[in-house]
Amino acid sequence: MNINELREHLCSEYPDLCPLFSVEFGDGSLTVAAERLYSAASDMRDLGFDRLGMVTAVDRGETFELVYRVTSREMRAGIFLKAEVPREDPHIKSLCDLWPAANWHEREVYDMFGIVFDGHPDLRRILLTDDWVGYPLRKDYEDERMIRRPDYI
Amino acid sequence: MALIDDLGKALDSSPGGSVILTSVDAIMDWSRGKSLWTMPMGTACCAMELIAASFSKFDFDRHGTIPRADPRHTDVMVVAGTITYKMAPAVQRLYDQMPDPKWVIAMGNCAVSGGIFYYDTYSVVRGVDEFLPVDVYIAGCPPRPEALQDAIFQLRKKVDSESVAPGRVRDVEYVLPLPGDPRAGDRIQALRDGGGRK
Ligand code: SF4
Repeated sequence: MNINELREHLCSEYPDLCPLFSVEFGDGSLTVAAERLYSAASDMRDLGFDRLGMVTAVDRGETFELVYRVTSREMRAGIFLKAEVPREDPHIKSLCDLWPAANWHEREVYDMFGIVFDGHPDLRRILLTDDWVGYPLRKDYEDERMIRRPDYI
Repeated sequence: MALIDDLGKALDSSPGGSVILTSVDAIMDWSRGKSLWTMPMGTACCAMELIAASFSKFDFDRHGTIPRADPRHTDVMVVAGTITYKMAPAVQRLYDQMPDPKWVIAMGNCAVSGGIFYYDTYSVVRGVDEFLPVDVYIAGCPPRPEALQDAIFQLRKKVDSESVAPGRVRDVEYVLPLPGDPRAGDRIQALRDGGGRK
């Protein structure tokens, strides 16, 4: 499959992707509903996106936006897969059985944002100490060592 | 070679031709100051400048400053980069493994004060002087290798002022004020008053 076929396939499958998908740079971003993320991701893998390079999250206030970057060596293309989960009780299905690389990346997102990945084989903190309280990359995180930036800067 | 040349001159001018008069302090400080081997404690971007400093373009070795990966071989710890609370015990431990006498250079804003990570951070130590006795601070994000070389020269002057005898301080004339001068001055005053760590 080349990149143009991929584009057609994605446009029929995910109409919301079309305006965002740029073939020149080979990168697109695909925002799906959280329930649909796993099936979209497994579609991507079957299409030849064989490498999960990064999992991260963005604190959008009411929601967290999860960002997965998958790339294909054959097509030389990459896609950002995105999904939003609610801030209260954030849950999403783990992608560990699609790409084993997701294991540590998801642990890191759990560590920093407290997003729970259902079906993850070993969901523990990875960078912070086990007794850490809170999730430090959330915008509302506070602890006694943190100094808030004053307004005048 | 400079050593041999100077030795020759000294021998020439001394009566009898084979006696050198010096103090133990002078010879100790001279030998310590001219071979400040560094422990490169590079943890972040500043480490790139630290590495650049020891390669051919800047050539640290000509100042007798050789980077060694083993803390037991070194005299100066160059903390180059961001130190997190998780990393701090490891840095402390490496520092403890260095033999006395030892010095610390804080290279870059992160090591001096936390730098750009001062505000809104949960993990970064606000300056290595929270847990290590820093002798020379280098500002910059990152500082140039020349700044690191200058720090070595400043440190040499500081080494020159130390004495092997406990509680004594040698008077040396600083050409430029040291970055940490007020504190160094306090320490020297404290030593003169009979206290202090030496
Ligand atoms: S001072 Fe700047 S260059 Fe040096 S480690 Fe910190 S952020 Fe990096």
